Amino acid sequence: MAEQVGTEANAAPAGPLDALAVAIRTLPGVTDVAIEKGELVAQAGRDGLVALMTTLRDDPRFAFEQVMDICGVDWPERAERFDVVYNLLSVSLNQRARVILHTDEAAAVPSVCGVWPVATWWEREAWDLYGIIFSGQPDLRRILTDYGFDGHPLRKDFPLTGYVEVRYDEDRKQVVYEPVKLTQDFRSFDFLSPWEAMTSLPGDEKAHKGEAS
Amino acid sequence: MSEAATTKKTVEIDSHSLNFGPQHPAAHGVLRLILDMDGEVVERADPHIGLLHRGTEKLIEYKTYIQAVPYFDRLDYVSPMSQEHAFALATEKLLGIEVPERGKWIRTLFSEITRVLNHLLNVTTYALDVGAITPSLWGFEEREKLMEFHEAASGARLHANYFRPGGVAKDLPAGLEDKIAAWAETFPKFIDDLDVLLTENRIWKQRLVDIGVMTAEEALAWGFSGPCLRASGVPWDLRKSQPYEMYDRVDFKVAVGRNGDCYDRYLMRIAEMRESVSIIKQCLAAMKPGPVKVQDRKFTPPTRAEMKRSMEALIHHFKLYTEGFHVPAGATYTAVEAPKGEFGVYLVADGSNRPYRCKIRATGFAHLQAIETMAKRHMLADAVAIIGSLDIVFGEIDR
Repeated sequence: MAEQVGTEANAAPAGPLDALAVAIRTLPGVTDVAIEKGELVAQAGRDGLVALMTTLRDDPRFAFEQVMDICGVDWPERAERFDVVYNLLSVSLNQRARVILHTDEAAAVPSVCGVWPVATWWEREAWDLYGIIFSGQPDLRRILTDYGFDGHPLRKDFPLTGYVEVRYDEDRKQVVYEPVKLTQDFRSFDFLSPWEAMTSLPGDEKAHKGEAS
Repeated sequence: MSEAATTKKTVEIDSHSLNFGPQHPAAHGVLRLILDMDGEVVERADPHIGLLHRGTEKLIEYKTYIQAVPYFDRLDYVSPMSQEHAFALATEKLLGIEVPERGKWIRTLFSEITRVLNHLLNVTTYALDVGAITPSLWGFEEREKLMEFHEAASGARLHANYFRPGGVAKDLPAGLEDKIAAWAETFPKFIDDLDVLLTENRIWKQRLVDIGVMTAEEALAWGFSGPCLRASGVPWDLRKSQPYEMYDRVDFKVAVGRNGDCYDRYLMRIAEMRESVSIIKQCLAAMKPGPVKVQDRKFTPPTRAEMKRSMEALIHHFKLYTEGFHVPAGATYTAVEAPKGEFGVYLVADGSNRPYRCKIRATGFAHLQAIETMAKRHMLADAVAIIGSLDIVFGEIDR
């Protein structure tokens, strides 16, 4: 509901955005284009990603000179659990676009570091935090986590408290890693109130018996 | 003896690695830079970051939207309110709520105060990096005045937690607008002094001019934004091109450089401080009394006085600070022109009271990466000048 209102409100002044959406939809590799809350979102496949991004950068209709951000999003219940999100910006045409593609732990995403050199660190970060593999990325080291860190902390199945903690050991004169010990267990509260979260109440199946089928 | 002086000697200098930081004062925080040196010339610079990684993005996924705001203060702790701003705007976009006019003016006002705060720290400590101590002594005094405005408005000097989804935490206290107006009259004099100290200073220019040059094409490819991009000659400012809050109703100029060197990046910041003062004056002139946050109690808390009398207000307060509000499913990438450049938040909501994913697009992350290109074939001392000119803060880079 809110989404529709947002789209309609932004559709009127953003005429060029619709034209851009139509143009991007025709590009090879793009599977779907939508305008969500006044932002252009294109779904793409992994194959031909570099060609698609090169077109988006070089074609004067798009002229996305900059990739402002690349990041992963984890949806563990999905077959291809990761989204890789590219936020593009064109300073010459003053427009933004978002390209999203799906991948999993094993399938490599072609690296766009040849298109925008800045992509290297964003891709390293996505590898570090999610374990998304980028093929053709010459420098796929960890970036934010500790040297020798194990695991990918921003995955939804990675616990917030982590697995190890570090401290300086006076006897051994070095920093040591130990399993996390919490004096109080991490508490994650369920705030979903039954009045808002329960969309079907007991007995509803009888009330809506006729409608569902 | 004379024979030894005339014989030619070939001296082989091995390229060797130098570990710069993470505790070096010129590293502006916890930057660990592995430099491959050829004598005193930098051949390769490999920044190792993450020493200040606190898992902010992960923590935000476990907090309600209101609880997530303070984390943004702790990213770029030199310009706290600008970071909150991006998150507040992103949340408001997903919620589909509009901040009342006075709230928008206050946000514009404090965004600019934050910009001056940030540039003051950067320019003056930058001068310290290249050997001038006076600007930092003067500048910190000026910063303290701005911190007092922060404190008067939000209760905290640094970690303000002031821009919240739906508006600002509370209205400005009585008399603060006059104090800011008085400050805005005296501050240009300080910029002039700083200008006189540095801009034509011979040592300053020797250290900065033609150091770390980025062409416009390079700057775009390396994801530059803000003053660093404008120094390379790209006229791009989100406040002008994609206006948010009240930036379309204030009149200001955007400084654009020509050479893309450290000196131009410094000049951008000086020019921006002058423009910020002009915007601050315009904000103060245009502000009218009125509500500072959305009046829908599902998003913003009621006043204390209201809570004493109204049961409804008490319930709303309790629900907001325990459960928080639910944000309809959707995603947005919202960016603001933070003092350092484009600071963006990619926020994914799943309909619950906690962000599903909150990616923080840190400005300095892109800038720091380009140090390899910029410092190549420069002297070691120039690497320090380049780091200073990029205005990096590790709170936001490491997140």
